[in-house]
Amino acid sequence: MNELLSESIYFGIVISLVFYWIAMVISKKVKITLCNPLLLSVLLVILVLVVFDIDYETYNYGAQYLTYFLTPATVCLAVPLYRQFKILKKNVAAIMLSIGAGCISHAIVMGVMTLAFQMSPELKAALIPKSLTTAIAIGVSQELGGITSVTVISVVITGILGATIAEKLFQLLKIKEPIAQGLACGTASHAIGTSKAMELGEIQGAMSSLAIVVTGILTVVLAPFIMEIIR
Amino acid sequence: MKYLIQFAIIGGITFLGEVLNLLLPFSVPASVYGLVLLFLALVSGLIKLEQVEETADFFVNIMPVLFIAPAVSMMDVLPGLKGSIVAILIITIVTTVVVMAVTGLVSQAIIRHGKKKGNKGNE
Repeated sequence: MNELLSESIYFGIVISLVFYWIAMVISKKVKITLCNPLLLSVLLVILVLVVFDIDYETYNYGAQYLTYFLTPATVCLAVPLYRQFKILKKNVAAIMLSIGAGCISHAIVMGVMTLAFQMSPELKAALIPKSLTTAIAIGVSQELGGITSVTVISVVITGILGATIAEKLFQLLKIKEPIAQGLACGTASHAIGTSKAMELGEIQGAMSSLAIVVTGILTVVLAPFIMEIIR
Repeated sequence: MKYLIQFAIIGGITFLGEVLNLLLPFSVPASVYGLVLLFLALVSGLIKLEQVEETADFFVNIMPVLFIAPAVSMMDVLPGLKGSIVAILIITIVTTVVVMAVTGLVSQAIIRHGKKKGNKGNE
């Protein structure tokens, strides 16, 4: 099986696409946040590879060509950000200060905990960017020398967790301003959190997707310093 | 033709991002350089939204699919991480709750402070 498929480029591409399609159908039917299409499709692909005894390398021989599009796709996040330029300009102080506070508190808690658990530098580097959107997180993790797959998984878990707890947490802490709810969702749990924010309202959705990009850029700037301190 | 031009512009900016990543000494991913460049080009009017819009929306839409392959690589990495999985989960949970609470509370405080000021100004 491995020998036959290792020469095929489209095997990896097609099973990625098909299983994402299947995962989307399932997650639309089963409306639980835990049934996130990305998480589901990753688990399904792994299941197939393990059951048919196919190596990751064989799969990635083709699938890597999909990954090449990650950089231009991330560049394109500038377009939704530009569409929200007006809201950004109007609330620039609230947005920058609160996202900055979020990023710094993330760095502090992350630093203390990774030190407490005595993690290896590769793991620390993998976890520092975990509240970012996957594309930027992968970039930051690679720049810091982290294990990319750990980054991707912790990013997905962060997103699903954030989307699941958002409403309860807002109730508990009496966070009622739509802008504040949106910024909290996007800063803590990127795109998956944003899908939850969009359910809460239009302003929440817009602020959340804006927060994804601002958090990404702020953390890109902060990450090397954090890594230097906790290494 | 439209998509060809749009893809050429996005590809060109991505390339510029890569060049900056290689030339400048900061650990900033090429994608973030590109993102900032495209945003500045749109704000300054150097590039019009219509010149990139459809292709950009396509890329943003298919993004989750592009993460599958890097995530699947955990099947090779996970066995070596056995001792750290619980720690990773605990860290992920705690940091997510803290960031969400801090960001929400700080922005709410600033917005309400601004509203109070605004009301006083109106009186």
